[in-house]
Amino acid sequence: MMALTGLFLITFLIVHAGINAMIFFNDGGETFAHWAHFMGTNLIIRTMELVLVAGFVVHIVDALLITKHNKAARPVQYAYSNPNANSTWYSRSMGLLGTIILLFLIIHAAHFWIPNRYNQFTTGEELNLFTRMQDTFSHWYVVVIYVAGCFSLFWHLMQGFKTAFQTLGINHPKYNPLIKNVGIAFSVIISVLFASMPISMFFNLVH
Amino acid sequence: MSENNMKITLKVWRQRNNKAKGALETYKVDEVSSDMSFLEMFDVLNDKLIREGKDPIAFDHDCREGICGMCSMYINGQPHGPLQGVTTCQLHMRSFKDGDTIVVEPWRAKAFPVIKDLVVDRSAFDRIIAAGGFISVNTGNAQDANALPISKELADRAFAAAACIGCGACVAACKNSSAMLFVSAKVTQLSLLPQGEPERQSRVLDMAAQMDAEGFGSCTNTGACEAECPKGISVSNIAHMNREFFAAELNKK
Repeated sequence: MMALTGLFLITFLIVHAGINAMIFFNDGGETFAHWAHFMGTNLIIRTMELVLVAGFVVHIVDALLITKHNKAARPVQYAYSNPNANSTWYSRSMGLLGTIILLFLIIHAAHFWIPNRYNQFTTGEELNLFTRMQDTFSHWYVVVIYVAGCFSLFWHLMQGFKTAFQTLGINHPKYNPLIKNVGIAFSVIISVLFASMPISMFFNLVH
Repeated sequence: MSENNMKITLKVWRQRNNKAKGALETYKVDEVSSDMSFLEMFDVLNDKLIREGKDPIAFDHDCREGICGMCSMYINGQPHGPLQGVTTCQLHMRSFKDGDTIVVEPWRAKAFPVIKDLVVDRSAFDRIIAAGGFISVNTGNAQDANALPISKELADRAFAAAACIGCGACVAACKNSSAMLFVSAKVTQLSLLPQGEPERQSRVLDMAAQMDAEGFGSCTNTGACEAECPKGISVSNIAHMNREFFAAELNKK
């Protein structure tokens, strides 16, 4: 379930990053607003939004259950351990990275998603998300939080992308290098693209 | 160049029995030869402890040539010590320096309870094998070896998986105490061979169920097991077992 929901959440990242990248057209957010309107009103997208929330919930709850199970599997800890000798720090820190991402996600949803949907329910009007982005990202500490969120997302994806395939049984000498390299490229592109949005808005590069 | 006068400080886990509370105790071992194996150094220390009328340190060992899978020490934070692809018995003191302090602990897992000192009970592995890690063979004369054609490629892959000696280093290295590498090696080996075909689907389900019942953790793909395995068992076996498991689960009546 971790792998399946993880890959599903990865597809969401592609759509989310793609549409947000429309701000880089530098047309005062016109193209972005067009797509944001589509995402905010299309029935299929709005249905998928519920599936997405369910995807997050399953991913998080399953992670908590597995963590509890795995902690119980070693009641007495080693007095001295050298885990860096056999595994990467981020492969062992998926729970920590995921928690940071979740905290970021709550802040992020409070900035955009929740107020926008609230406004739609109460007044039927969508908010101007472009100007809202400009306002939100005019504060340096918000930019720092967002970049930190992207940093955690990068390391989470570096481990999560390739190992989702392993868990689903996809491990083949012919395709392993492809999965590994696409995973690295995906992690870099998604994280850098997302991080560049608050940064470029803060420095008024997007208008 | 071999050295004959290494001074080693050992911090060894001492635990009287399964119920007792254990602790690390410090021992000084002088005149250690760099040609000694790690276990031979323990023999020297135990000899000294016995002469002093003290309780020798209990540790598992058998063949001392790296093929039986009995030795099981967690040395300086790594199962079987700092080298790759060797068991504790094949680790020599030349891998350490004069004056080193070495911490030695037993495997730590709920499914591997400590019996005494460095000896843990690994019969959980036996019970997993008994649940499905076998093939049923009719009595009578053995079939001619060449009667069942097996491709070289499959034979090689099955043999690579069969190299597992069941020492439990994978469990010891894993942050989740997962036994997936061990179980997947046996599942893979038998699933690739015609002899394993009749019980193929029930095997993976039964072994996985027993693995969970023993209290091992789940795999989170850190790869620590593969890095520490003295026999180089690949995590590709885990992916193979997952495939076998999904197929068997879907076909289950």
